[in-house]
Amino acid sequence: MHNKTIAQLSKSLAAGEFSSEELTRAHLERIARFGASLNCFVTVTADAALAQARAADVLRKQGKAGPLAGVPLVHKDIFCTDGVKTSCGSKMLDNFIAPYDATVVSRLKAAGMPMLGKANMDEFAMGSSNETSYYGPVKNPWDLKAVPGGSSGGSAAAVAARLAPAATGTDTGGSIRQPAALCGITGLKPTYGRVSRYGMIAFASSLDQAGPMTRSAEDAALLLNVMAGFDERDSTCVERDVPDYAATLNASIKGLKIGLPKEYFGAGLDAGVAQVIEQAIAEYKKLGAEIVEISLPNGELAVPTYYVVAPAECSSNLSRFDGVRFGYRCADPENLEDLYKRSRAEGFGVEVKRRIMIGTYALSAGYYDAYYIKAQKLRHLISDDFKQAFERVDVIMGPTSPTVAFNIGEKADDPVTMYLSDIYTIATNLAGLPGMSIPAGFSQGKPVGLQVIGNYFDEARLLNVAHQFQLATDWHMRTPEAFA
Amino acid sequence: MSLQKKDVEKIAHLARLAINEAEAEEYARSLSNILSLVARMGAVNTDHVQPMAHPQDMHQRLRADIVTEVDQRERFQAIAPQVEDGLYLVPKVIE
Repeated sequence: MHNKTIAQLSKSLAAGEFSSEELTRAHLERIARFGASLNCFVTVTADAALAQARAADVLRKQGKAGPLAGVPLVHKDIFCTDGVKTSCGSKMLDNFIAPYDATVVSRLKAAGMPMLGKANMDEFAMGSSNETSYYGPVKNPWDLKAVPGGSSGGSAAAVAARLAPAATGTDTGGSIRQPAALCGITGLKPTYGRVSRYGMIAFASSLDQAGPMTRSAEDAALLLNVMAGFDERDSTCVERDVPDYAATLNASIKGLKIGLPKEYFGAGLDAGVAQVIEQAIAEYKKLGAEIVEISLPNGELAVPTYYVVAPAECSSNLSRFDGVRFGYRCADPENLEDLYKRSRAEGFGVEVKRRIMIGTYALSAGYYDAYYIKAQKLRHLISDDFKQAFERVDVIMGPTSPTVAFNIGEKADDPVTMYLSDIYTIATNLAGLPGMSIPAGFSQGKPVGLQVIGNYFDEARLLNVAHQFQLATDWHMRTPEAFA
Repeated sequence: MSLQKKDVEKIAHLARLAINEAEAEEYARSLSNILSLVARMGAVNTDHVQPMAHPQDMHQRLRADIVTEVDQRERFQAIAPQVEDGLYLVPKVIE
């Protein structure tokens, strides 16, 4: 059961091959068996999951079950889940029981998907390796000494190890796509504004976006159908119809114009990764696509721009964590200032504090124009590069990550080295464009992801392009030996 | 751009983060490194470029000024560190 895709599980459940309760129990058993070795869960909600599964089985008997009913999933611990601990990977929220459901959670719940638990993640979504979590690092199922990527490392590891058929993730600078690449799964970051951010603990409000992490593009399409759409409670959510993403998966990609940015194939890209990507592009040529060399000249500015915008927005968003109304409070505060300063210093980890500090500096009097406004202007230039490229091509492809999964601890000492692992994914967030990572092969025994970037609201095309590759190849069906 | 310990102390105060001597020095180092990375932004002239706040160039959506929320104070205060009579308790503010 654990090797089936959601599309297959949906058919099996409809055919009565097994019940949702059996399916959910099978996954809970795998979690009990393997979860600790990967450290990919903060909370497992076994009883609630089984109750939800039984409810889905009842709906099925009544003939009211939708396509996702009874298929279990995992939520990244950044989504508020009513009555269930929501930690965001932080000591600051270790005692936080969310009093409401995020929109993403309530929509998937309404679709009948039992929640197996909450996935471990980099603290407050800040990280590219899942090493900054208060709950310890997550291991990569393909190599337990290696990182799964981040910040949605727990979600990626859970799906890669077949502990769950699907997981939700969030992506601010690459946090769905990069762990998907490092763990050999499919991950999609939708267009900014496509999916509601209500109830999703905010890191950088102009960049954050929730998306599905699954074994296949088809599965991602099924989840996105439910996740996407207008929500009046998120003022940045766009009022725009949601197409049936599954309906166009089989459209022909003959004549598809694929842009390859020359900047994505230069120095810093590991040779083994480059080779896998070249082979993937060759596969697309066989499928009838046309390759066009393009340039995204302002791409070099993406990382520095991001490391002003994201920390600035995070410093503002994280100011709500003050020890007053919820979350961690320091012991015996002497006065209000002491309450704020020690609750925050003790509740937040090193990387989070670093980013709050940089962000505070960038927004402070005398520096706001030189840093934040400058960065917002560069965002415009970076977005314009993509706009111009999309006049000539339909999608843009390249490697998701410059390397395969590195070892735990290898990059932890120098933040800037870690920041550079997001070099190919960050510009997409700055521009607000949709992007996917799909498994494209292996290098040094570890997964390599192909990134596919689309134009605004062109998720249907991305999923179609990914699905066609997955019909012609089987990289996405590979399972790490230890979890087969 | 290199940050000194006193710059770090000022930023930490603005951010309401307690830091000690050793931490202040460490932050001065790591933040200066990050600012070196960020200095690369200066490579491009942006004099005639508009800042981009939202990719779809959206404006803040407005709604009618009527009450739509319900009172859930008890529910929200159930997870508070210290409450009394519906009030959140904090240490006395120094005058």
